[in-house]
Amino acid sequence: MKSPGLRIYAVAYLIFLYAPIVLLPLFAFNDNKIIAFPLSGFTTEWFSEMWNDDALWRAFTNSMIISTSVATLSTLLGLFAARATTRFEFPAKAPIMGLVMLPLVLPEMILAMSLIVVLLALGVNLSIFTIILGHVLVCTPFAVAILTSAFQTLDRSLEEAAYDLGEGVFSTFVRIIFPLVLPGIISSFLITFTISLDEFIISYFLGGSDVVLSAYIFGQFRFPAKVPAMLALGTCLVLISITLLAIAEYFRRRGIAKVGGKDAGGFL
Amino acid sequence: MAGAKAATPFTQTEGFKGLRLISPTLLYCLILMAVPLATVVIYSFMTDGDLGVTQPFNFDNYIKVWTGKVYQTIMARSLIVSMLVTLTTVLLAFPVAYYVSFHVPAHRKSLWLFLITIPFWTSYVVRVFLWKVILGYNGVINSGLMSLNIIDEPLQAINYNIGALVMTLAHAYAPFAILPIFVVLEKIDRSLLEAGQDLGESKIVTFLRVTLPLSVPGIVAAVLIVFIPTIGDYVTPDLIGGGKLPMIANMIEVQMLKQNNKALGSAIAVSAMLIVAIVSILFVVWNRRYLRGGAK
Repeated sequence: MKSPGLRIYAVAYLIFLYAPIVLLPLFAFNDNKIIAFPLSGFTTEWFSEMWNDDALWRAFTNSMIISTSVATLSTLLGLFAARATTRFEFPAKAPIMGLVMLPLVLPEMILAMSLIVVLLALGVNLSIFTIILGHVLVCTPFAVAILTSAFQTLDRSLEEAAYDLGEGVFSTFVRIIFPLVLPGIISSFLITFTISLDEFIISYFLGGSDVVLSAYIFGQFRFPAKVPAMLALGTCLVLISITLLAIAEYFRRRGIAKVGGKDAGGFL
Repeated sequence: MAGAKAATPFTQTEGFKGLRLISPTLLYCLILMAVPLATVVIYSFMTDGDLGVTQPFNFDNYIKVWTGKVYQTIMARSLIVSMLVTLTTVLLAFPVAYYVSFHVPAHRKSLWLFLITIPFWTSYVVRVFLWKVILGYNGVINSGLMSLNIIDEPLQAINYNIGALVMTLAHAYAPFAILPIFVVLEKIDRSLLEAGQDLGESKIVTFLRVTLPLSVPGIVAAVLIVFIPTIGDYVTPDLIGGGKLPMIANMIEVQMLKQNNKALGSAIAVSAMLIVAIVSILFVVWNRRYLRGGAK
């Protein structure tokens, strides 16, 4: 029944997936500017170089402002769409949801360029604000997907019971629905935050003179001397992402447990 | 409540309530995505000069894009790279999805899926750069093999070529391929497989005649979700290809921003989307007999 071949393959595949992430800390702590074997010694020099880089801190601040705003806005837009699609039947539902989910498959370059064309034609200056506009488009489909599964597991009779007991539409949402989907909301917030933090194309082209972390790293890779410090930064970013995702996964599972559902698997 | 539907005013109907609730999201997508995309389509039929985009409606940009040697080469390269990436990713991903769905105990499944998705959510630019470092002339593989005395000279076959592009992109899109296949495999009624074997089919024949055809909707979804974004990838050709292997996204950037020819850039973007759409539709039509009733 058990097939060892398949198991070995699956583990080998995981190693392939994790290879770059494992190499990251290895070379971030390696005492050599050249990224190659053999490793020459342990150093924290690259981390202190990273820590003392003022331009990097500016990029970090920009990234934090953007990711927080994007996570809030896209989770909010996701809430509207997820609630509408799980609770109501309305005309043109399929095409509307198709449009909302389109950024999931549309090449980001096309999204970024079409936004730039319109923004420049309107005379809008490129800045953090325009990055947020673009990121919300990219992140909303993920928020919709996560929140839709949160709303789907919701028992409709709980809501009806609240109406029968005299609660209004708004107070039912605040007192019954919101607490039940809260884990989904937190999960959506964290995931969209992570996507926004990681996103490159829109951040790179729509930022104007405002630089964010991913674009800063991309720029620094052109200078071989800067590479180790960027790998140190990459190590920190990977740690942040994994932490956020682990918390998101915890809340996603708790959300499923809360409404008594069965765990069907991952985020997507 | 439902019986009185005909008498309820429009603002009380379910349709209106649904549309009202989704309107913020819909408006956002219309204004910031549908309008810009439409603008690009309109621009592609105009001419970009010193006065900006002018002189409505001509096919000059398209004639240039579809007959110019440079554009043809880059379009063909993008198409070949995305197809290779899609093929590699889906072929490599299928056994993993199959393993997780059929052989991993139910309570461990979400852990596996979590492990598979994590690399996908971690700094994309850094990951692509690391592949450059791994596959480079003086890179990790070459320096590692040389310090172990397995090779004397750096291997050049793994440096910045199409193969390296495909490898990097296949790594980046792995979870996109695994998840849709996994979802479909999970839905397969396990008693069908037992039935196949009870009727005397071998495991392999059961797989080929039952499992594989039933998993086609997932494979099609995986193919589309990898193929479509890959063709527009910007970072990988730039970092891994070292600028020598530009793809469509790099060409759009050059025309739109560096040459400031928004009309021609728009025509390239629209052409790319057309190619992607046609290839995707052909692929779906080719597999249509498996998709009927299979999709939700």
